[in-house]
Amino acid sequence: MKPAAIIARELTKRYGELEAVRGVSFEVGSGEVVGFLGPNGAGKTTTVRMLSCFLPPTAGTASIHGLAVRKRPRDVKRLIGVCPQEDNLDPDFNVLKNLLVYGRYFGLPSRTVRGRALELLEFVALSDKSRAPIQALSGGMKRRLILARALLNEPRVLILDEPTTGLDPQARHAIWTRVRGLRAHGTTVLLTTHCMEEATQLCDRVVVMDDGQILLEGAPLALVEREVGRTVVEAWNYGEEFMEFMRALKGRLEEVGDRLYFYPQEGDHIERLLEERFPQQERLMRRATLEDVFLKLTGRALRD
Amino acid sequence: MRSILHNASLRSFRVWQRDLDVYLTNWRTEFLPPLSEPVLYVFAFGFGLGSLIHNVHYQGRELSYLRFMAPGIVAVAIMFWSYFETTYSSFVRMYYQRTFDAILATPLLVEDVILGELLWGATKAVIASNIMLCMLALLGLVTWPSALWVIPLSGIAGVLFSALGLVVTSVTRNISSFNLPMFLMIMPMFMFSGTFFPVSILPKWALAIAWCLPLTHVSHLVRAAVLGWPRGPLLAASVLYVVLLAAVLSALALKLMKRRLIQ
Repeated sequence: MKPAAIIARELTKRYGELEAVRGVSFEVGSGEVVGFLGPNGAGKTTTVRMLSCFLPPTAGTASIHGLAVRKRPRDVKRLIGVCPQEDNLDPDFNVLKNLLVYGRYFGLPSRTVRGRALELLEFVALSDKSRAPIQALSGGMKRRLILARALLNEPRVLILDEPTTGLDPQARHAIWTRVRGLRAHGTTVLLTTHCMEEATQLCDRVVVMDDGQILLEGAPLALVEREVGRTVVEAWNYGEEFMEFMRALKGRLEEVGDRLYFYPQEGDHIERLLEERFPQQERLMRRATLEDVFLKLTGRALRD
Repeated sequence: MRSILHNASLRSFRVWQRDLDVYLTNWRTEFLPPLSEPVLYVFAFGFGLGSLIHNVHYQGRELSYLRFMAPGIVAVAIMFWSYFETTYSSFVRMYYQRTFDAILATPLLVEDVILGELLWGATKAVIASNIMLCMLALLGLVTWPSALWVIPLSGIAGVLFSALGLVVTSVTRNISSFNLPMFLMIMPMFMFSGTFFPVSILPKWALAIAWCLPLTHVSHLVRAAVLGWPRGPLLAASVLYVVLLAAVLSALALKLMKRRLIQ
């Protein structure tokens, strides 16, 4: 592994009785793209906020390129770019001015900031909106502008907290394209997401969190294969006989509401087998995805 | 004191600059009130109410009600402009716009943001109250050059009321809760601090309370400057009181706002 860009050791955050993050340890290599997955309340955002010096950890340490977040917050923040979950663009300024003012907070010379701002607006395809008020932007445009803003200080580490939540597919892909561009450029990226597609598309490695702890980590596809195998059979409107048949097969069977999920241990001949025995049965055979891993690990119960 | 300030830096100037930029973007609406307010006050209270009132006895001298009241509205402006800025406006930036969160992702620390807001609130008071002073000067109600003292005075008093506003903001959970300190603290202060009538006509017990209110000292000082009576009694004591209170409230504002912003 390349030298670590982010190191967290036993990072913990407590709010009174509630333990939001329970001693997580992980490393992110320089140039690596790592995704944190987990249901709401898993502790992803709290972890990210500790890394970006927003929240003081209750215990444990974290450092970015060797700088401890607690001791040297100003230097850490100079190195990182942060895209927060919520929109916090400055509604009192237009698009370009948002970037210019933000650059001033970094103490960058105004000419440098202006140059970079114009380049970044180009990069996120907002050049023709540079004079538009923030209120006139769509959700996707706002996210792109927030991304541009996070890149203004040419960060070595980019932290994206749910960068595409609530965006339409076009806007989501637009963000993904840019993140891949940054990755090709060697920027280290740590992102949190609910979107498994996003994690699969972007990440070299994913970390699954729940209940303030890390459950599992690995490369997305390898993780899927290791945890749930290659294929999944989904069936619906099935009878007792079908159920019995499935139970006898080697693999993991799960019944959720009106649906049956079967994760076969070896998937090659199962389709043929089902075709012979239950040709009429409504079913779908598909590739296993990160979402299957996610649900296996974190359960299907609703989270609030 | 050192521990409270140790993280604050000159970078707070960037926060101040941000607020100034917004102010200048909206200059039309921002400049209108301080330009028009004194005229309204002078007509309503000075000419209207004042015509019903005989001359006012103040510190052993006699002067027209209009001349007495004019410095009072400058003092009130200092309080309102800074207090409103760091209550309603800061709250909007902190809570609704999440502007502070955005700033905290940059090398600035919480202390810089709080200090920037504090200084901006004071700056706004300086600008607005001195515009009002100029308007009153046009109406012939100001004595120069002693009135120039209003500039530093409005700065110190602006810090005081800015800090007071931030203290209130630090414990306010939603924006409608600002009504409470408004009616319990700011409105009584507005009316009973020697702004519209000399506090000396108050009963003894009320007089004692009035002299605890910071605005009483501020209006006392502003009046001395505007009337050109710099040798009025107890001016030094009032300066000391305002400076001390400004320092204490600033330290408290930093401490409480820091607690509010870091969770």
